[in-house]
Amino acid sequence: MSVLPAAPPAASAERPSPVGEVTLLLRRVGAMCLVELQKLRHDRTELVTRTVQPALWLIVFGTTFSRIHAIPTGSTPYLDFLAPGILAQSALFVAIFYGIQVIWERDAGVLAKLLVTPTPRAALVTAKAFAAGIRALVQALVVVVIALLLGVGLTGNPLKLLGAAVVVVLGSAFFCCLSITLAGVVLSRDRLMGIGQAITMPLFFASNALYPVDVMPGWLQMVNRVNPLSYEVEALRGLLVGTPARLGLCFAVLLVAAAVMITVASALLPRLAR
Amino acid sequence: MNPVLVKDLHYAFGDHVAVDGVDLALEPGEVFGLLGPNGAGKTTTLRVVTTLLPAPPDTVLVEGLDVVRSRRRVRRLLGYVPQQLSADGSLTGRENVALFARLFDVPRRERAEAVDAVLDAMGLSESADRTASTYSGGMVRRLELAQALVSAPRVLVLDEPTVGLDPVARSGVWDRIHEVRRANGMTVLVTTHAMEEAELHCDRVALMHRGRLRAEGTPAELTAAIGPDATLEDVFRHHTGDTLEAGGMRDVRAARRTARRVG
Repeated sequence: MSVLPAAPPAASAERPSPVGEVTLLLRRVGAMCLVELQKLRHDRTELVTRTVQPALWLIVFGTTFSRIHAIPTGSTPYLDFLAPGILAQSALFVAIFYGIQVIWERDAGVLAKLLVTPTPRAALVTAKAFAAGIRALVQALVVVVIALLLGVGLTGNPLKLLGAAVVVVLGSAFFCCLSITLAGVVLSRDRLMGIGQAITMPLFFASNALYPVDVMPGWLQMVNRVNPLSYEVEALRGLLVGTPARLGLCFAVLLVAAAVMITVASALLPRLAR
Repeated sequence: MNPVLVKDLHYAFGDHVAVDGVDLALEPGEVFGLLGPNGAGKTTTLRVVTTLLPAPPDTVLVEGLDVVRSRRRVRRLLGYVPQQLSADGSLTGRENVALFARLFDVPRRERAEAVDAVLDAMGLSESADRTASTYSGGMVRRLELAQALVSAPRVLVLDEPTVGLDPVARSGVWDRIHEVRRANGMTVLVTTHAMEEAELHCDRVALMHRGRLRAEGTPAELTAAIGPDATLEDVFRHHTGDTLEAGGMRDVRAARRTARRVG
């Protein structure tokens, strides 16, 4: 057999430098995102099954509502208006069930193993959040392809596409950490499954994914204003189909929301490891 | 310096006292077995040593480092294999190990070589590029050892490493552990309730019962003190008035659950 070297004496500094901490964080995020893509490569069934729902929304709901002109979207065709909304929705569905994966990892001992690596809790949660983002991004690509096949006029500008990718990753990071936070509170897979199902549809319907904000009743407009999904949709719509959007505000909201949720989820993660 | 030093450790979950004054001092390079039935407090002790549960300062030291104050440095020195079969079935053997090489910051230049070496040492070279869902229970355990060993830990911590494995797979796992230990001099801390296994594979053992250590020494010393032909099983009964079989069914069920999930 090959000889495995003994570990060198522990000489690393106990108080790491801020630069070192950031490098560590980026390395951990990279490692987790890579694993996520490797899993997808070995098993594509989930990618396919998760395509069914957005495809139905666009093909059935989208084309029908385009025809009856029930929703006023100005000069933008309804299908073009809808596509970024469905894109955000499918990313949301990927991310919101991430907490279930974390609970599964707890039950299987995987979480304990990860926690016994030299990785700060926050780095672990951030890495998970971005892994969810990568996973959602792959799903978003599928939705983009469907939209293009249906003749939606999406931008070809690489900068805008990159911006849209960042929006999807930030939004997914937020919803993934919301899910991990809920996991840290309810601690059981079944309960989290129920909660996940109970909140995804309200988040979706109380957003601008299906209809413009102006047609909503006043109370729904209020809900809409604190729903991060709406900012995600607004940014995606602005970037991909060129509707007016407060891009600066949207990016700021998504960035702050993701950062806050990562912090909260990191604080609750040890509860799962007990 | 003791690779693992535990000084009068107490741990309670609410009203339930899981560990009630445990002292341990491991010697470099030995295989130390923590023996006892389910609920004896073995796993809780391991979880404190591996930084998963908090301990008061200066009660638990790994290679001279406090597990609370120097948490991250302690983690760097540890390899940990939990009781459940925890390899990721949707990744290949190689990908499973490479993840841990990255999480322990094995430098990029050495990574592929380190992963290959440890897979080879665990006898998994042939199956390294199959997903772990196709592995047998014994192979999954050896894969987890590979994950824990790729960072070249100073202390390897194993929680019931052979539960649910058939005899051939069991000896396969133990043979690999001994080979690596002989090659690199790491210390091994293992929990088990399989007494005959402990007799065969541990240099020293401590018998744990209801949160306390009841006896400690080499298997030979402990059995000789009871009488000729005595087994560790007899030693345990002598010191606790209890048998080890109490938790039998629970283990079988846990092992089956694990097998279902991984398979």
